Amino acid sequence: MRDAIALRDLVVDRGGRRVLSGINATVPCGTVTGLLGPSGSGKTTLLRALVGVQVITAGAVTVLGHPAGAAQLRRRVGYLTQTPSVYADLTVRENARYFAALQGRGAAQADQAVADVGLRAAAGQLVATLSGGQRSRAALACTLVGDPELLVLDEPTVGQDPVLRAELWARFHALAAAGTTLLISSHVMDEAARCDRLLLIREGRLIANDTPAAVRAATGVHDLEEAFLRMIQAGEAGTAGQEAS
Amino acid sequence: MNPRILAATTGRILRQLRHDRRTVALLVVVPAALLTVVYYMYVDQPTPPGQPAPFDRIALVLLGFFPFIIMFLVTSIAMLRERTSGTLERLLTTPLGKLDLLFGYGIAFGLAAVVQAAVAAAVAYWLFDLDTAGSSGLVILIAAVNAVLAVALGLLCSAFARTEFQAVQFMPVVVAPQLLLCGLFVPRTEMAGWLQAVSDVLPLSYSVEALQEVGSHAEPTATMWRDLAIVGGAAVLALVLAAATLRRRSG
Repeated sequence: MRDAIALRDLVVDRGGRRVLSGINATVPCGTVTGLLGPSGSGKTTLLRALVGVQVITAGAVTVLGHPAGAAQLRRRVGYLTQTPSVYADLTVRENARYFAALQGRGAAQADQAVADVGLRAAAGQLVATLSGGQRSRAALACTLVGDPELLVLDEPTVGQDPVLRAELWARFHALAAAGTTLLISSHVMDEAARCDRLLLIREGRLIANDTPAAVRAATGVHDLEEAFLRMIQAGEAGTAGQEAS
Repeated sequence: MNPRILAATTGRILRQLRHDRRTVALLVVVPAALLTVVYYMYVDQPTPPGQPAPFDRIALVLLGFFPFIIMFLVTSIAMLRERTSGTLERLLTTPLGKLDLLFGYGIAFGLAAVVQAAVAAAVAYWLFDLDTAGSSGLVILIAAVNAVLAVALGLLCSAFARTEFQAVQFMPVVVAPQLLLCGLFVPRTEMAGWLQAVSDVLPLSYSVEALQEVGSHAEPTATMWRDLAIVGGAAVLALVLAAATLRRRSG
């Protein structure tokens, strides 16, 4: 299986602070990979590096065979920012049609993307009047509209009701089955179980890069939150042991 | 630049404006209202021999100045909103070119300025009998080019502002010197040499001269076209500089 994403020794400093310290990871094509970690662990910085809007200090980021941010990737990668980046003073439909036009797609595809995220009834509404969850789905429609090969989604399911959340995850898996690669960040551990693969980061370091089943097997617990806790503790005990010796 | 993306971006900015009816109303009404004030300020002032009436002289310059100051402000804030709302970062991950975005703003707000200038000119000519030797269409053309210059300067300055507070501070910095030295208050030839030198590099000086040419000549003069080209050139230069300061990657 080809890799959609390859990170080699990625280091990022922001505001004089090291946010990512030497991340090595690959993400295979056609999978749903979860990027999990607590708030402030560097998830958004990692995603920004992938879409080429983050200044990186060292290392290499390769996306679909090109250096991250290369011009030819802008048609092939879809990015959903954490705070919904849509125009509050436009309607949902107008937003979707604008982002569709940027990707060379027509109004029909834009309207379909709006329907796909369950906003058909709110299509004529100004984004400013939407709830937080609806606003984030409007932004998701604008990300999906170009049928990108790689979707980089920063916390797409925050604030969604459970039924919609399940629908969105079903859609993500359907997209992956059709060949799209998805990297989805979340700080909610119960979403980890929905992913094919997991990347766990904490304080800018990669703690785990495996399937949920393998993480469970390695730690001997079923609950993924508990499993991550044990991995963090094991990692810290290891570091403490090295420092003591 | 990509014509399809440029057109989509221009349309998007105009659609945002259309949804904001209060801003549209302010854009159209404020210059006309201020011209009314100016008219009554000067209505009883004597006309100096051999010169245009005070209202004709001042209103002509103001028709070019209002779009300049208003479009500078509107653009600074609009671009800052793109930055702070994250839409700019999102746009920069799409096939949109930096010039598509910047020229999109220039064209959209330039069109808005044409409407604004046309309404203000209509009020000045029909209601207050503004008298110019040249055509009112040229006055509106100069006002529109002025507005595009203001949009370009606003886009450039917004790169140096992190907050709305900082963005509005750029207005006195950019607009006030150009207004003071453009020749409205003191003819440029009567200024101290160093002030004249400063005035010579400020683009608004040339749009004021162009307007004065329209005021005093029935046919468009070579000086007017040269001045208009200078203002247009300054606008393109500011847009290119704005593109150069717009970075896809940030820290």
